Amino acid sequence: MSSTISIALAGNPNAGKTTLFNRLTGARQHVGNYPGVTVEKKEGFFTHDGQEIKVTDLPGTYSLTAYSVEELVARDFIVNERPDVVVDIVDASNLERNLYLTCQFLELGVPLVIALNMVDVAESRGIEIDADRLSELLGVQVVPIVARSGKGIDELFDAILATAGRARSIHPVLLRYGSDLDQAISEMLPLIEADNLLTDLYPARWVAIKFLEHDEQIITRAKEKNPQLSEQLLKLCKFVTAHLQQTMEVYPESVIADHRYGYIKSVLHQGVVREKFVGDRLYTSDKIDKIVTHRLLGPLIMAAILYGLYTFTFNYSTVLVDLLAAVFTHASIVVDSVLPDGPIKSMIVSGVIDGMGGVLGFVPIIMFMFFGIAVLEDSGYLARVAFMMDRIFHFFGLHGSSVMPFIVSGGIAGGCAVPGVMATRTLRSPKERMATLLTVPFMNCGAKLPVLTLLIGAFFSAHQARYMFLATVAAWLVALIAAKFLRMTVLRGESTPFVMELPPYRFPTIRGLVIHTWERTWQYIKKAGTVILGISILLWAMMTYPGLPQKKVDAFSRQRMEIQTEMQAQQQENAERTKGKDIHPASDLHLQAALAEINRQEAQARLRNSFAGRIGTALESISQYAGFDWRTNIALVGGFAAKEVIISTLGTAYSLGDVSAEDTATLKDRLAGDPHWNPVVALSVLAFIMFYAPCFVTIVCIAREAGSWKWAFFSMSFNTIFAFIMAVAIYQIGMLLGLGG
Amino acid sequence: MKLRTMKTGSTGTIKSITTQGSVGLRLREMGLVPGTTIQLEGRAPLYDPVRLRLRGQILTLRNNEADHIEMCREAGQ
Repeated sequence: MSSTISIALAGNPNAGKTTLFNRLTGARQHVGNYPGVTVEKKEGFFTHDGQEIKVTDLPGTYSLTAYSVEELVARDFIVNERPDVVVDIVDASNLERNLYLTCQFLELGVPLVIALNMVDVAESRGIEIDADRLSELLGVQVVPIVARSGKGIDELFDAILATAGRARSIHPVLLRYGSDLDQAISEMLPLIEADNLLTDLYPARWVAIKFLEHDEQIITRAKEKNPQLSEQLLKLCKFVTAHLQQTMEVYPESVIADHRYGYIKSVLHQGVVREKFVGDRLYTSDKIDKIVTHRLLGPLIMAAILYGLYTFTFNYSTVLVDLLAAVFTHASIVVDSVLPDGPIKSMIVSGVIDGMGGVLGFVPIIMFMFFGIAVLEDSGYLARVAFMMDRIFHFFGLHGSSVMPFIVSGGIAGGCAVPGVMATRTLRSPKERMATLLTVPFMNCGAKLPVLTLLIGAFFSAHQARYMFLATVAAWLVALIAAKFLRMTVLRGESTPFVMELPPYRFPTIRGLVIHTWERTWQYIKKAGTVILGISILLWAMMTYPGLPQKKVDAFSRQRMEIQTEMQAQQQENAERTKGKDIHPASDLHLQAALAEINRQEAQARLRNSFAGRIGTALESISQYAGFDWRTNIALVGGFAAKEVIISTLGTAYSLGDVSAEDTATLKDRLAGDPHWNPVVALSVLAFIMFYAPCFVTIVCIAREAGSWKWAFFSMSFNTIFAFIMAVAIYQIGMLLGLGG
Repeated sequence: MKLRTMKTGSTGTIKSITTQGSVGLRLREMGLVPGTTIQLEGRAPLYDPVRLRLRGQILTLRNNEADHIEMCREAGQ
């Protein structure tokens, strides 16, 4: 054998598929998406005995039906790509249910090797499995392994190579489904075989079974090929269904499933499984669960763990965030000193370097968060969180697993929606996942906090803590209600069943954690990075161009010149009067202040004249209903780049010069004293900032996670319209009640 | 009797599954088929979902999904 062998790893979730994949390929793996769907496609290469082997890690599935995307993807890959060997990873400590999938591979007739994983766990529970006997009964090679330690991997390789050598001599296993269905199948078979209906891809018997199981994908494909024959087959199915309903009140699907389990049971009872001792009914996992999911203790422990994850992510990553910020500041300074003033320098400093800083600034947070989540996920705790929270989240049309993205995005004020959006990957139900994805940006992320603090400090300083707390509660309420609304409208549909496995607790492996974390981080840098950099440059251009008309620029420089000549004159005068004594006269300071004032006014005029400024000014006619003037509008347009930009843009718009998010005292006083602002306006702006379009980094991530830009644009417009309605309502009602003072 | 009414800690055998479609299918592929012995291990802090042990694994189910599972009479003793 010289050319590359391709193998596919299949198996139930939690059977150890990913662990085996990581062990086989190490860091030599590539993560992508299957075309058109958001299911991850992982590939990697390794060599054994000089033979190069390509591995594809299929999504974890319990079955091969057409009900979930994962199952369709796994099934289509095996049927269309025809890997030389399918390696089915089977959890030895949970053999019966794991063999249900195996059973379907046998029926499909693929070249199969069973990797009997976690034999050590099974043994510790007193279960001894005779792999040779199982192999003999199923007619495929069965290799006991321990993926975590690498035990049995070499034997697995040998089995894979041996199976690849005789791949084409494999026949599908025939299962019996009881007299009624067997009869129906024997009537359907000759029809399918005569027409070769889909038999280029599937065994004829499999097609018949899928018709009986009402498999939408197969039936649709069959109808495309031969509508007449398909109708005939469906008629046969209908007939046997009616018969089964009459005699036993069951559907063909149930009968098929029952017989598959029956087959598995009969195999296991032929000396495959031996229970050496009846293990303590309460295994370690059960003991832990008794405490961890306890009525009262459970939620307390969960709150502590989630708070811990949060602190870990956002506090400990700051060192790296600050370090990166310092690097980018340094880069700006270097560029500033090397390049001459002009549009190119401005673009490199404000567009490219700030944009890169924006992209990479999230990297430490993403790394820390995914490391934390990987620990919770790999240890099995995340499933318990979903279990405990499901009652609440299900009420709002979400899933118990939605809690993690919400918390990370700012459920405890100060998170970040970017890792929050990425964390929705742990959700396996598509509609609930989409609803979570679209509502997590309502949370108060760390970038919104300084803006909220500024406005609350300026207008509600007496009740600062109370208002901050209310903002967090409001964010949760709005997000959950919005989720409910989405699930009743655009994302309408049955909730996904919560039939979920609580995997046994396990110690995560360092190797697994590192690969997991790195994979996510790299994906973010590579995929989101390029788009974000582009948009960042675009936003810079919007805030910069067109520049002021030459006449105005000249006017400002004339004013500057006047003051400068005045300053020089005064300096000379002073020098003569004081005769070298080191006295700094007040009039000089006054002139310097005047000079700075002109600079600030020019900055303000420039901002107002830019595209962003023009948009802000033009929007005033609409935004006045919510009480926003053009200055606020420009700041809000800027806030699309990143929420903290709102403060600096407001600073420029109020010609206050550079206002940073850390020091907002001047801006606070200015707003508090401005006749246009009052508590009602502040509240209206506050509500708008909390709920309007997410920053574009989040938008890019939403597009990536949702698999289409359509949802990203939806998120932008839905949130902005919703926030505007809120703001208008607050402003109009507030002013009507005369609360504006 | 229905699975929902089983007491925590009690054991019983599934008599029938009274739904089809995606819920029924998911129940079946996770091993909840007639004749299976299950033990109700516990409930979430807000009483829903439930935690079951069967075939050497722990599964969770919402109450409204558990309603589709009919248990044999002797269950719940």
